[in-house]
Amino acid sequence: MIITPTWYLVLAAALFAIGAVGMLVRRNVIVMFMCVELMLNAVNLTFVTFSKTLNDLSGQVAVFFVLVVAAAEVAIGLALIVAIFRRRHTGTTADDISELRG
Amino acid sequence: MNPLGAASIITPGVDWLGVAPVALLALAAIGIVLQRSILRRASVAYPSALVVAAVGIILSAVALAAQWSRVQTDGSYTTLSNMVAVDGFSIFIGGVVLFATACSVLLASRYLDRERLDGPEYLALMLLSASGMLAMSSSNDLIAIFVALEIVSIPLYVLVAYDRRRSTSLEAGMKYFLLGAFASAVFLYGIALTYGATGSTGLVGIANYLSEVTLLERGTLLAGLVLMLVGLGFKVAAAPFHMWTPDVYQGAPTPVTAFMASATKAAAFAALIRILYTGLGGSSSDWRPLLWVLAVLSLLVGSIGAVIQTDVKRMLAYSSINHAGFILIGVQAGTIKGVSSALTYLAIYAFLAVGSFAIVGVVAGRGDADSDLERFKGLSTRRSALSWAFTLLLLAQAGVPLTAGFIAKFGVFSAAAGAGGTSYLLALIGMLTAAIAAFVYLRIAATMFTPAVEGTEMAPIAKVDLGTGIVIGFSCALTIVIGVAPGLLLGLAERATLLFVR
Repeated sequence: MIITPTWYLVLAAALFAIGAVGMLVRRNVIVMFMCVELMLNAVNLTFVTFSKTLNDLSGQVAVFFVLVVAAAEVAIGLALIVAIFRRRHTGTTADDISELRG
Repeated sequence: MNPLGAASIITPGVDWLGVAPVALLALAAIGIVLQRSILRRASVAYPSALVVAAVGIILSAVALAAQWSRVQTDGSYTTLSNMVAVDGFSIFIGGVVLFATACSVLLASRYLDRERLDGPEYLALMLLSASGMLAMSSSNDLIAIFVALEIVSIPLYVLVAYDRRRSTSLEAGMKYFLLGAFASAVFLYGIALTYGATGSTGLVGIANYLSEVTLLERGTLLAGLVLMLVGLGFKVAAAPFHMWTPDVYQGAPTPVTAFMASATKAAAFAALIRILYTGLGGSSSDWRPLLWVLAVLSLLVGSIGAVIQTDVKRMLAYSSINHAGFILIGVQAGTIKGVSSALTYLAIYAFLAVGSFAIVGVVAGRGDADSDLERFKGLSTRRSALSWAFTLLLLAQAGVPLTAGFIAKFGVFSAAAGAGGTSYLLALIGMLTAAIAAFVYLRIAATMFTPAVEGTEMAPIAKVDLGTGIVIGFSCALTIVIGVAPGLLLGLAERATLLFVR
């Protein structure tokens, strides 16, 4: 059986969809955050696959940029979650954090 | 061949003037962080940080002016192997961003003291974000646009949550972060699919590929286009991707709200216009209907949503969604006139938004505690100058003639009418929603001129500090001057659009 690049693209799309759906249905802020990371890594897989099929390096270079950005986002996101937890001493679900509405 | 036998690496040529505005702002931000670690006393660190920030903004503006004069004589050009485009468009947006940054720094100068927040870090984050916006306006490659977008967003997540003792600010930061990160991931997936369909991340490369090759299977490209529009739709606060806007604008510290409404919108629209016009200019029949839908939804959601609000900050947030719809009318026209009208609108909205939020920041008082409409009752008797200034800015946002807002709205409507067809209908919908939005603006204005109920104790409104006063005065002056004599701004926007890298 030959595994064609299409398989990787489909896998990446599936991972991206799992992340997107998880982002929408899960209420725990940390899990939502992990879903975003899953989406970013699905994109990385897409980039690498296209880079291979197109025989072009820029897709792989893009992955490095995405990794750096994801790392920076993790740092900021976890800091925000810690700040909220310190301030409120309650759970970290999206429903607990809902003062602003209208 | 060098002695090691390896092929030597040829690095791309760097035009230092082309990257100077971005680099100078980033350097100023780094300088502020460094001097903060040396000067420990807040009484010394904050004023010196303000000086460094002012110097950074001024030098960056000087670099932009130098770029402008060079582009005027030599024409637009790209540098860093086509990653960065230096053209009238990038310089115009850069100017808007720098103006908004300078205003937000002025607003913040006393605000941070009042709220007992650390000053230098705030300025550093704001300058970093602004440097990302300048990079975004001149990025000519999807990866560069993505990196710039993140340089804009990541400091903004922190800035929104900056008042970390106030739970609403933290909540706004959290919401903005989660939705912003989600939007970035969607945008990035769009980039990946576009790259897969065209084999290039450079906008010029994409345009060349699409003009030479007829795609047998357009699905990947279209999916990429839609996902990129979703991602940027979040950033410009266009409906149906606007859900975060009211909460974040309300919860964020007011100077940050002013910054987001003016500068972030301009930078995100710059990226949107560049992707659509430079990269996908040949397939405008694909993206024009999509933008049409986004524009209609933004116009309706923004104007109708504002009617049912009771908090002025939230009203202005919805009005910002409404304004995004008007700018989209210009963008979707798909013509040179459309781009220049969108640029004009962005510039005018920048000072209208900054001025309005500055006034709300003064009235809301300590901790941005109370920006409810009730708080504005009888403002004319207590603070008549403030209420007149706010009335002027609100009338301008409604698009009353002889104010700058009229020039902005007239520009996008005439661009849409010029494009004809469905754009014409869009202009009609725009006028309808402008009338609905005008009701909201007039409601705020009428509240200010209604005397407060006898016997109710109103919390005192603090004096307007110098920085805020300058911002309010300047935006009111610009509102009238541009409303009466729009020629200079319109000429600049037109010139900027003609010098667009293709």
